[in-house]
Amino acid sequence: MDWINLILIPAIKSVVLVVVLLTGFAYLTWFERKLIGRFQQRIGPNRAWKFGLGHPIADALKMIFKEEIVPSYTDKVLFVLGPALAIAPALLIFAVIPVGPTLNLFGKEIPLVVADVNIGVLWVLAVAGLGTYGIVLGGWASNNKYSLLGALRTSSQMLSYELPMGILLIAVLLVYGTLNLNQIVTPLTPIPWYLRVWILLAFPFYFITMLAETGRKPFDFPETENELVAGFQTEYGSIKFALYYMTEYLHILGASGLAVTLFFGGWRGPFVDQFPILGLFYFAAKVLAMVFLFIWASASVPRPRYDQLLRFCWTFLFPISLVYMAVTAVLVVVM
Amino acid sequence: MEQLFFILLALLTLSAALMVVTTRNLLHAAFWLILVFFGIAGFFILLHAEFLAVVQVLIYIGAISTLIIFAIMLTRRIMDPQQPRFNSQWGLVGGLAALLFVVLAAVTTRVAWPTTSATLPAEPIKQLGADFVGVYAVPFEVASVLLVVAMIGAIIIARERG
Repeated sequence: MDWINLILIPAIKSVVLVVVLLTGFAYLTWFERKLIGRFQQRIGPNRAWKFGLGHPIADALKMIFKEEIVPSYTDKVLFVLGPALAIAPALLIFAVIPVGPTLNLFGKEIPLVVADVNIGVLWVLAVAGLGTYGIVLGGWASNNKYSLLGALRTSSQMLSYELPMGILLIAVLLVYGTLNLNQIVTPLTPIPWYLRVWILLAFPFYFITMLAETGRKPFDFPETENELVAGFQTEYGSIKFALYYMTEYLHILGASGLAVTLFFGGWRGPFVDQFPILGLFYFAAKVLAMVFLFIWASASVPRPRYDQLLRFCWTFLFPISLVYMAVTAVLVVVM
Repeated sequence: MEQLFFILLALLTLSAALMVVTTRNLLHAAFWLILVFFGIAGFFILLHAEFLAVVQVLIYIGAISTLIIFAIMLTRRIMDPQQPRFNSQWGLVGGLAALLFVVLAAVTTRVAWPTTSATLPAEPIKQLGADFVGVYAVPFEVASVLLVVAMIGAIIIARERG
């Protein structure tokens, strides 16, 4: 019965994960529009069903039934490949993020992570790096100056902010002493409280790099609508646009999941030992809180200029993360 | 089974590599190159070197290829079919490449490669890290000196002259 453990269970877990993520994405747009509405003293979507809960479904149906347009003078193959290459890595990130403790279902021990690998954090970084290509590809294949500028901005923004993000991650991993995300949530040797507090100090900086890596407001330079029309996705319509839209929200979910796992104990919370199923809810609640932070930032902080964004990264975030890493290394060895 | 995957991966990598050098569109060439890197990451997986596979994706696909594409997108006339495919040196370079292939083939088929029956350490990444500051400290430092030199060179070339 090896194939049950090797193929069937991971396949079921993946399908459930993808379905949950895609529904989650739809209601994330509702969550964001509702919240942004409140931040701007509006009511937000409230027409379809109670509290506007039908809006995501209406949006999805509209996107699917729109006419599929591929403009002439584009690179057709790459144009279609762009959105697909964008969304696949965004979904792949979740393969290594533990969403709950090991459950006992139908007499089987089922860990709530698709792939429990030793290189979890590296996997996230590598796959997140691939996400750039979907955007760059789409922007270039559109054969449009605005799209190209959006794509160029994306690649330099992602490359720049990957550095401080990676270095902050190294510092955090030094404390945990492992790359396995499951072991980060449940460490073999408990992490002393002062190191946990020290890790939390890195979170504000890490959060800024997260905003930039996901291309969210205030760092939404890939699609700055008042400078570049819609940036890399100017030429995209119907479901292909929806795929890019989905990618953005999946990146938010992925980044939130990773941040929760690294900084806030993942699925852990009171009474999880007695009722393992609670872990799922804690994880969801923590991710939702992190998403709230994302939306809060996008509603309150104005967008800087593009050169300011890069200068901020190279002259402030990068040096400070290097210093942080050096201090952490000393702390871990001395304490 | 492993043999089958190896052949598939080799086919994928080699045909992608062929596309890199034959396609006329520079950007397409860059994307085929990314596929080649993926194939090589696959070989690392087959060799049970997961860490190297992920690093291959992280560095070569995530960073280096992004830079290549960035540079190509700032280049004019990248998909001009009028550009000649060969220049005057193609014969010489082709001969040298063939010679290199013959030498490599001779070396790989004649040398009796040593194998070991030792098992993998429990935490290969920890072992790798310890070795970098232990047994292989000198090559590691030499590599970092090389990187610093390259970085200084890049800064001097890119610096604004005033």
